[in-house]
Amino acid sequence: MEKVFARTKGLTDVSFSFCPGCTHGTIMRLIAEVLEELDIIEETIGISPVGCAGFCQDFFSCDFVGAPHGRAQAVGIGVKRALPDKNVFTYQGDGDIAAIGTQHAIHAAARGEKITSIMVNNAIYGMTGGQMAPTTLEGMKTSTSPYGRNVSVDGLPMDFPKLIANLEGAVYVASVSVDSPKNIAQAKKAIKKAFQVQQAGLGFALVSVLSTCPTNWGLSPVDSLKWLRENMMPVYEMGELKVTEEVKSL
Amino acid sequence: MEKVLLKGNEIIGEAAIRSGCRLFFGYPITPSTEVVEYLSKHFPKHGGTVLQAEDEIGAINMCYGAATTGSRVMTASSGPGISLKQEGLSFSAAAELPMVIVNVNRCGPGLGGLGPAQSDYFQSVKGGGHGDYRLIVLAPSKAQELYDYTMEAFDLADKHRNPVLILTDGFLGQTMEPVVLKDRPKAPEIDRSWTVGGCKGREKRIVASYSLTNEIGEANNLRWEAKYKDIQEKEQRWEEFHTEDAEYLLVSYGTTGRICKSTVLNARKKGIKLGLIRPITLWPFPEKAFVPHKDRVKGIVTVELNTGQMIEDVKLAVECKMPVELYRRQGGMLPTEHEILDYLEDRFNLSAVEEV
Repeated sequence: MEKVFARTKGLTDVSFSFCPGCTHGTIMRLIAEVLEELDIIEETIGISPVGCAGFCQDFFSCDFVGAPHGRAQAVGIGVKRALPDKNVFTYQGDGDIAAIGTQHAIHAAARGEKITSIMVNNAIYGMTGGQMAPTTLEGMKTSTSPYGRNVSVDGLPMDFPKLIANLEGAVYVASVSVDSPKNIAQAKKAIKKAFQVQQAGLGFALVSVLSTCPTNWGLSPVDSLKWLRENMMPVYEMGELKVTEEVKSL
Repeated sequence: MEKVLLKGNEIIGEAAIRSGCRLFFGYPITPSTEVVEYLSKHFPKHGGTVLQAEDEIGAINMCYGAATTGSRVMTASSGPGISLKQEGLSFSAAAELPMVIVNVNRCGPGLGGLGPAQSDYFQSVKGGGHGDYRLIVLAPSKAQELYDYTMEAFDLADKHRNPVLILTDGFLGQTMEPVVLKDRPKAPEIDRSWTVGGCKGREKRIVASYSLTNEIGEANNLRWEAKYKDIQEKEQRWEEFHTEDAEYLLVSYGTTGRICKSTVLNARKKGIKLGLIRPITLWPFPEKAFVPHKDRVKGIVTVELNTGQMIEDVKLAVECKMPVELYRRQGGMLPTEHEILDYLEDRFNLSAVEEV
């Protein structure tokens, strides 16, 4: 019988430990498939962050380094400068990359560091139990904004990929979503390009992926996808935000 | 062997090059800046890379990343910069990463000043960051030792898979002295079976310090503890100066350790049997140095550039069997050899004894 589907070699056989309906698993599988398709599993070092995303070090079948909270880019740069011929990617939540690690992400992009960063944006701190993140939407209730994010106190949500796209050294920046089969296919294309950019040595690449957190949003898995579509996608600019000419010609 | 005249901080850079280090991640801060400047100028000729990071936190985490590949790596800073690195140092100790960190101690707390101090002793030897860990800490007292100990620091880091801190100060860092550029000592056999670099032909590896299971957490702590005990047993280093017949001892490291040698010689001219123990490793603290002396010496003075930090370790080492006093200067000031002797004579009533 013909085998039409198999688990990607980019993932280990460790079962995902995420809550039902969380899209971390989908995003990790896309990355793993890309690593397999580009045949770079054995030439790649992943950097895991702190938070739910941090579990990724057990799920991917490539080498991994666990970074302190927010420091994934700095750690990844250390690895990349030591091993310039290898592929290095960071897998980080929005709090990790866009709050406590902002300075490292901005300067990695500004210097055009030849690494790939995947940002998973679920508008909340998941692992610590649903606190407000820099990406939390206006009026959104979290455990540290129980009356809804109040702009006069907490400020407005931050569209981090847009900020990064302004920097010269960032050559590929995309914001994608995994809420539907069509968008999942687009997300994979963007992730693949972000790795190809690194292989070609062109500069820094960032893909932000909108993701769900049904547990902390207090919604069912299906309602979470709907909520993401209706509330997050209008706020965060979607699509390829930055594609330099060199990247286009890849 | 080549003999050169260099600034203390530059000597550290030259020793790093000759130790086979090719990666340096740093951020400028006085009085340590000449380390990054010297390497920025000379590293490229040797195929090395200096990356000036966005901040000290970035620099130490770049060291963390580079160290996971088994590459020799270094960073250097002073006081406030070293404070910012503490999170990364805790993670580096937990992940058991070899690296060399230089603290050119300036006086504090806060922004403080640029003068020499030993105010970061506690921070250096008691862990510094969160959790329960130790750095190996080396304290040079002159140019040649800046060179020799830097070389040794890389080997100790590899041998024990642990970060090694070189605790120097603004005086040593800024002083020009001749130094013999000795060849690199024979490097220890290095186990690289834990490093990352792509899993071709082997199982994937994870270098991390995360454990949500308390049983595993305790097993990790016990493993680290056993390593620290092994280091305490094997790596205590110190210098003794006129201790054989000493009735009184000075204990001092770094710049003040050097000044104390003059105090010892002056005291002996006056008939006072004074000796010096100069700790070379601040952690592990050289408690073995005190074993032959603790039942016969009449009194000890620690000489420090702080409010009295090392004195606690000295009191433990001699089990409080004799008076242990402190002579200190602070805020960037250095003591003269004479004021140390005056203090010793005063505390132990030695002028009177001499006059009899």
